[in-house]
Amino acid sequence: MTDTSTSTSAFDAEKEAGFGDYFALLKPRVMSLVVFTALVGLIVAPVPVHPVVALAAILFIALGGGASGALNMWWDADIDRLMQRTRKRPIPTGKVEEGEAFAIGIALSVLAVVMLFLAANAVAAGLLAFTIFFYVVIYTMWLKRATPQNIVIGGAAGAFPPMIGWAVATGGISVEAVLMFALTFAWTPPHFWALALFVKNDYAKAEVPMLTVTHGRAITRRHILGYTLALAVVALALGLTSIGGPIYMAVALVLNVMFIKGAFAIARRDDAACEADNHLAERRFFKLSLAYLFLHFGALLVEATLAPLGLGGW
Amino acid sequence: MATQIRAEHELHRRRLSRNVGLGVALVLFVALVFGLTIAKVGTDPTDDLGVPGTEASQ
Repeated sequence: MTDTSTSTSAFDAEKEAGFGDYFALLKPRVMSLVVFTALVGLIVAPVPVHPVVALAAILFIALGGGASGALNMWWDADIDRLMQRTRKRPIPTGKVEEGEAFAIGIALSVLAVVMLFLAANAVAAGLLAFTIFFYVVIYTMWLKRATPQNIVIGGAAGAFPPMIGWAVATGGISVEAVLMFALTFAWTPPHFWALALFVKNDYAKAEVPMLTVTHGRAITRRHILGYTLALAVVALALGLTSIGGPIYMAVALVLNVMFIKGAFAIARRDDAACEADNHLAERRFFKLSLAYLFLHFGALLVEATLAPLGLGGW
Repeated sequence: MATQIRAEHELHRRRLSRNVGLGVALVLFVALVFGLTIAKVGTDPTDDLGVPGTEASQ
């Protein structure tokens, strides 16, 4: 009997992983944000980088980010099985085993850090190693299930790539790199909490503390406003540094006025008003948040591209 | 006489995708490391290999 069941499961085609299932372990959508912001950090830096070195560095930063995604899926497999949003990930569906995800995550982490060190420098490689450690150990293993500020901590991990890109080019960290980090860091909480206000999630089922559940929706609205105001200060301060310029400043001014207006609208509403118009203000704010980060980093890229023509920068 | 299994199963297709995917990833990795080597050797200002008149070529 046991033999029959073993042989049946061995040939269960549904559980056989394709290449795409292993790729899905690396969280490709998160990787795209990592690639974009790391690329901007690298290009806006004052030191030119050989295109092949730049390509390799961006790939290894992305690989490091992907590896930390695989380790996150390994650790969170128990709660991923419980939540609708994550139930179709490779481990909950049984296509990839937990041990495989762990091995892939560790192997790719080491490969990415060592290769980034060889391609670029020790500072960039050290920052990548710290990012992986921070995301996997500090966020995933320790604080995600312990505090409703988990989004803030997770946001910090996602904010490192432009700093690593900058370090690839310059071999160091500067005020510009720190402000690029701070931009993504302060953007993450309003972005995710706005989503949490209008999407029914089952974090409570998985016992992951979300601010909307632990402190209520009214407090979450005020938190969104607080982080949005802090974000505006960071975004405008970045415009005053060497990588800013009139184009960036104009984009930042318009976007931050819109973002603050949206955050005030959310903070003033109650749940009744929210239900009445099907979370219109929250949905608008979330959509704007997607454009917000892309356009800020895009404007920095435009400044850097126009600088050699004497048009970008201050 | 041995019987050959010819039917293509979904399982074979997935294994093939895995093998081809890994193969392509490895080839791209080798190409990237080669490109990186060329770029590094060609741009390193402290490397005077092959440049006439420098200490290393004398």
